[in-house]
Amino acid sequence: MAQSLLIISRQAPWSGPGAREALDIVLAGGAFDLPIGLLFLDDGVFQLAPGQKAAAVQQKDLSANLQALPLFGVEQLFACGASVAERGLDPAALNLDEVQVLAPAELGALIDRFDQVITL
Amino acid sequence: MAPGLQTEFYMKFAIALFSAAHAPSSRRALAFAQAALAGGHEIVRLFFYQDGVHSASDNIVTPQDEADLPAQWRNFVSEHQLDGVVCIAAALRRGVLNQEEAARYQRPAVNLSAPWELSGLGQLHDAVQAADRLICFGGP
Repeated sequence: MAQSLLIISRQAPWSGPGAREALDIVLAGGAFDLPIGLLFLDDGVFQLAPGQKAAAVQQKDLSANLQALPLFGVEQLFACGASVAERGLDPAALNLDEVQVLAPAELGALIDRFDQVITL
Repeated sequence: MAPGLQTEFYMKFAIALFSAAHAPSSRRALAFAQAALAGGHEIVRLFFYQDGVHSASDNIVTPQDEADLPAQWRNFVSEHQLDGVVCIAAALRRGVLNQEEAARYQRPAVNLSAPWELSGLGQLHDAVQAADRLICFGGP
């Protein structure tokens, strides 16, 4: 039985390579058919903002990579509802259909479900 | 003592480092790794990712009156013959290149050498699967 791994992604997409590098761990795990979850927390929820214009700050758009997650077998996708609300994002209009928005009280149980956790 | 407790005492650790060489968390990672081996535990792999790749650079020059963490890591990994893996994508992005990659990308400088090895994120996942615990240092 493979150990499950939760990646907690806390960086905005424009704040450096952190968001991309967190996502790369998730995609690599998916490619190896490992049980992987991804939680967007704090500024990480900005990765889910619709209508991003990454090219305006000479960045590559991560959105397309996020859409590929279910294709890589990564279906455990979560966002912290409080982080979403604090940043003025609409939880019903996030840029990833499969993401489940969780209340802060649910995060502990989520993290508990996974064998290992990486926060980036 | 409860049954099973003794067998759980010795653990296999995977250690991931995400912070730069001068960050306090990098020093704590080395201290943890040293303590783990001193306690009879096993380190299945060290995996340096994000700014952690800088700790494997041969080109960091530390002032004489400060702890030379990259040298301490190198000696520690060599002495205990550990598996020290530096993520290749994160390293290339930050200018940490071994002989092979410097030649591949036609760069004039090489700053990564044995005992460090450049490899992919699969090595992180492999270490997670092989270990009882993944211990991460650094990160936001």
